[in-house]
Amino acid sequence: MNDSALLSIEGLSVSYGDFLALHDVTMQFPKGRIISIIGSNGAGKSTLLRTVMGVTKPTSGHVIFSNEDITGLQTSKIVAKGLSMSPEGSYVFEDMSVHENLMMGAYLPSHRKNMDSLLERSYELFPVLKEKSKQLATFLSGGQRQMLAIARALMSEPKLLICDEISLGLAPVVIGDIYDRILDVNDSGVTIVLVEQEVKRSLEYSDFSYVLVKGRVVMQGKADELDEGAVRDAYFGINQFA
Amino acid sequence: MELFVQSVISGILLGGLYAAIGVGLSLVFGIMGLTNIAHGSLMILASFFIMILSQQATGSVILSLILTLAIMAAISGLAQGFLVNRVLDKGAEPALLVTFGIAIIIQNALQLAFGADFKSIASPFASINVVNSKWVVITGEYLLNFIISVAVIFALHFIVRKTWFGRSIRAASSSVVAAELMGINTKRTYVLTMSLATMTGCIGGLLVGQTFGFYSYSGMSYLIIAFGVVVIGGMGSIVGTLLGGVILGVAQLLGAYFFGSGVQILIGYLTLLVILTLRPRGLLSNMTRK
Repeated sequence: MNDSALLSIEGLSVSYGDFLALHDVTMQFPKGRIISIIGSNGAGKSTLLRTVMGVTKPTSGHVIFSNEDITGLQTSKIVAKGLSMSPEGSYVFEDMSVHENLMMGAYLPSHRKNMDSLLERSYELFPVLKEKSKQLATFLSGGQRQMLAIARALMSEPKLLICDEISLGLAPVVIGDIYDRILDVNDSGVTIVLVEQEVKRSLEYSDFSYVLVKGRVVMQGKADELDEGAVRDAYFGINQFA
Repeated sequence: MELFVQSVISGILLGGLYAAIGVGLSLVFGIMGLTNIAHGSLMILASFFIMILSQQATGSVILSLILTLAIMAAISGLAQGFLVNRVLDKGAEPALLVTFGIAIIIQNALQLAFGADFKSIASPFASINVVNSKWVVITGEYLLNFIISVAVIFALHFIVRKTWFGRSIRAASSSVVAAELMGINTKRTYVLTMSLATMTGCIGGLLVGQTFGFYSYSGMSYLIIAFGVVVIGGMGSIVGTLLGGVILGVAQLLGAYFFGSGVQILIGYLTLLVILTLRPRGLLSNMTRK
């Protein structure tokens, strides 16, 4: 599966002062798949994503996207290459309307030309956003914010979409609904990276999973072959990985 | 009674000018949470540029203003990029101190170059009365100040609300992380915001240079006016600065009407205190910073 990897992370280490946040992390993200990264709070998920998106600079290692080394590139350049991320806590622009939030997803001049058809597509994907299009994002519910953040990330027509903690603080029925839409997005050809704390749903919806504990990959495998109990043990640090 | 009406009208017109002085301060605060102590000094630096250029090079105030806009956009952009941006993520105080330092450098440089003499920029409209009735006299200069200031504020409002640059400014002010993920280079946005804010200050500098005059240390007194305007109108609200300016202007001139011109500044700031007590965030504060 290395041959067709759209994104690969190779031996990535990141430290903040003396604290080693990521240690020699290697991951492959094959084109067209859904890959999950499972880990608890403080496992290094956020650091990993920040490094991939160019916000944090790694101590060593490489991030390769479409056969191109993008390590340490400016975020705007990385976005322009087709990587997009829906941030944790679904940071939306509170004092902008839903419509304007979506427009911001197509901010880079190269993305603006297809904006109208992309807006249409966002509204088809999440019809509730169309109903609320003129409202300020600050008045949206948690689930609607998450939908907006995902739709906004898709406005740059990414090849790969990273979803950071979609299920954080949402009701199960809402999470299920959003996950089903993610499957639709994947069907349209976008590679998906799910970053989650929740083990069961991550395994259920992804093709391949990585388990991150204390900045290291401690377990990986096809999602349907990984044992949920073993993942949970690793995750909670009950066994030798602790 | 005539004098009362005159005071109100003049206060409103003066308030427009105050708003032009304050709006750049408000923009910078609203977008990057930075209290730009150098705003007044940058404004007076622009006044000096316009005066020198028009007297000794171009012979035209308009042409000098255009040149000054370019020069000041460059100076303030460089100051933001190389000085303020470096400390901005270390909290509000270091950045505030940097702008304080910039203000002192500008003041002392002006003092060295031009001494402490009072200067002014020639105005072709100073002695023309547009309205001259029993009730009220309006000079061309005050009216033009007001019209230009309102135009500046609405132009700025349009830029921030309706252009991609404006959207990038608002996005960066709402969430730096999310803005970066949209492909916005927020540090560059800050540089452009500072340049834009200082350009509004250049127009303020032209108008006060024509109307009141200035010297090397005037920046701080205009900064205080700008603070008053912005605090009354609501930090970060562009249209609010117009309201803040008018309230401050009218309060000062009515203060002079009722209690004598010696206390007009005092009355202006007492009004500020009253409004702050009733509405601590200002009248039209719509931007919220996190």
